[in-house]
Amino acid sequence: MIRPALYLGALALLILAPFVLYPVFLMKVLCFALFACAFNLILGYGGLLSFGHAAFFGGAAYVCGHALEVWGLPTPVGILLATLAAGVLGVLVGALAIRRQGIYFAMITLALAQMCYFFFITAPFTGGENGLQGVPRGSLFGLVNLQNDLNMYYFVLAIFLIGYFIVARTVHSPFGQVLRAIRDNEPRAVSLGYDVDRYKLLAFVLSAALAGLAGATKTVVFQLASLTDAHWHMSGEVVLMTLLGGLGTIPGPAIGAALIVTLQNKLATGPLSAWVPVVLGVIFVACVIAFRRGVVGEIQAFLRRSF
Amino acid sequence: MFADIFGFPPQVLFGQLLLGLINGAFYAVLSLGLAVIFGLLNIVNFAHGALYMLGAFVAYFLLTYGGIGYWGALILAPIIVGAFGALIERFLLRRLSGVDHLYGLLLTFGLALILEGTFVKFFGASGKPYPTPAGLQGGVNLGFMFLPWYRGWVVVASLVVCLATWLLFERTKIGAYLRAGTENPKLLQAFGVNVPFLTTLAYGFGVGLAAFAGVLAAPITQVGPLMGSNLIIIVFAVVVIGGMGSIVGAVVTGLAMGVIEGLTKVFWPEASATVIFFVMAIVLVLRPAGLFGKTA
Repeated sequence: MIRPALYLGALALLILAPFVLYPVFLMKVLCFALFACAFNLILGYGGLLSFGHAAFFGGAAYVCGHALEVWGLPTPVGILLATLAAGVLGVLVGALAIRRQGIYFAMITLALAQMCYFFFITAPFTGGENGLQGVPRGSLFGLVNLQNDLNMYYFVLAIFLIGYFIVARTVHSPFGQVLRAIRDNEPRAVSLGYDVDRYKLLAFVLSAALAGLAGATKTVVFQLASLTDAHWHMSGEVVLMTLLGGLGTIPGPAIGAALIVTLQNKLATGPLSAWVPVVLGVIFVACVIAFRRGVVGEIQAFLRRSF
Repeated sequence: MFADIFGFPPQVLFGQLLLGLINGAFYAVLSLGLAVIFGLLNIVNFAHGALYMLGAFVAYFLLTYGGIGYWGALILAPIIVGAFGALIERFLLRRLSGVDHLYGLLLTFGLALILEGTFVKFFGASGKPYPTPAGLQGGVNLGFMFLPWYRGWVVVASLVVCLATWLLFERTKIGAYLRAGTENPKLLQAFGVNVPFLTTLAYGFGVGLAAFAGVLAAPITQVGPLMGSNLIIIVFAVVVIGGMGSIVGAVVTGLAMGVIEGLTKVFWPEASATVIFFVMAIVLVLRPAGLFGKTA
């Protein structure tokens, strides 16, 4: 009973939120929340630390920006195309990376993402250091004008909910069960007859595509795709969001993303603006040393102890 | 006087080859440090690039505020940074024994953010010049190319340090302990060897190697807060290619990758930034365990 009530309450808050808070800020939170949920699928449930998810987020941001600005495609088509592109990139990166495990997996994804980053710097369609600016938001099939922040907010909210639902469904499906079995004991999963590599690759591609969906949506919101989206700092940030919110919990990464984005916004305008990377680093160290379960993980553990 | 080689004047070719060899020397020393740390701690030290940068900055501070020149810094900076690393291991990394090794990577990533962010705050993103030591200015004309003394020295010094590390590991008592600790730390502890101390020592030593490379790099690349941040990713790729199993493997792979990168700069400049990642991808397809790796 409690769980549906919590979800309905959260949904009501999300629907009412733009009347209280600045919609663009909320959209930023939702985009990063989706990014972190997508990332959690591969780290939290697959046990694979990808340090290259910025390539999917940033790559999709460029594809979406190019599709809307140069090709003039309708906004939803551009976003779908970018999601697809991130999925294809996910197949390429994933197929290479799953050949090694553990820390090697992290190093390989990081290196391949850096390769993508260099490609984005030199490729003609990315606008180099300037990025793609003034990407048109367009409209929803000519019916809903997305220039309006409120309309745009509900569009982004719908995308986030779809992505969140996909992640939750995946985790609770038989596929998700096998994925967790692989995470907890890979040799045993192999001996039970599961084709471990196929499960890992599918999870990786799904995660990459959803990260791309988040990146593409972010481009439409801010009308901007830039190198920042594809830099390895972005890969680190999404790890931090997931870790802070709670690794391997479904709502955790979204909460972690909300906390980090809020913190960045608060710091950016204050006297500590130059210290943002240092603050993130300190949170990183603190989480790893003393807070490995994250916010949601700690709450769950507390509830389990108390009731 | 000399005929062009593949349509390129030999000065260009050998010049890039030398630059590649220098980069390769840095890759070798850095991946060697990573391998030493990985051996005993089983973690990948993401802060390695930041500590390489710290080594260069310590040299800069020693010169600016202590009047200690290059040769003093070459000895002192690795010791100072190594001691700093030992503290990190003792008070932070040791708390992670028994949890997934991925957390070690995340912790050191956080440390890298802290170190680089702090230095960017105080020194800006641009670099500080560091003078080439007096004895190594100028160079010699070899006929087919001009060899600056300092650049030759960097390659020689790196190779000497790699050789010394190899000797330390393969020919001394403490090296035998370190190798035993890599193989089976519990059994080694049972024989009465202080394994936690050995682990701290290994981390300090690996970090000291990074700082040594940082001091070597200071006169070439300038001293900047971000000098290690892109380098470390290339070194990770080198480590994936060579595997972290052996000292010789780390050194050979590091040098080879530097040379390949240098040659790519001559023949296909656009690809030089990504060629090492390409090699990594090919090695992963053909030999997933890495060139010198034993098992996957």
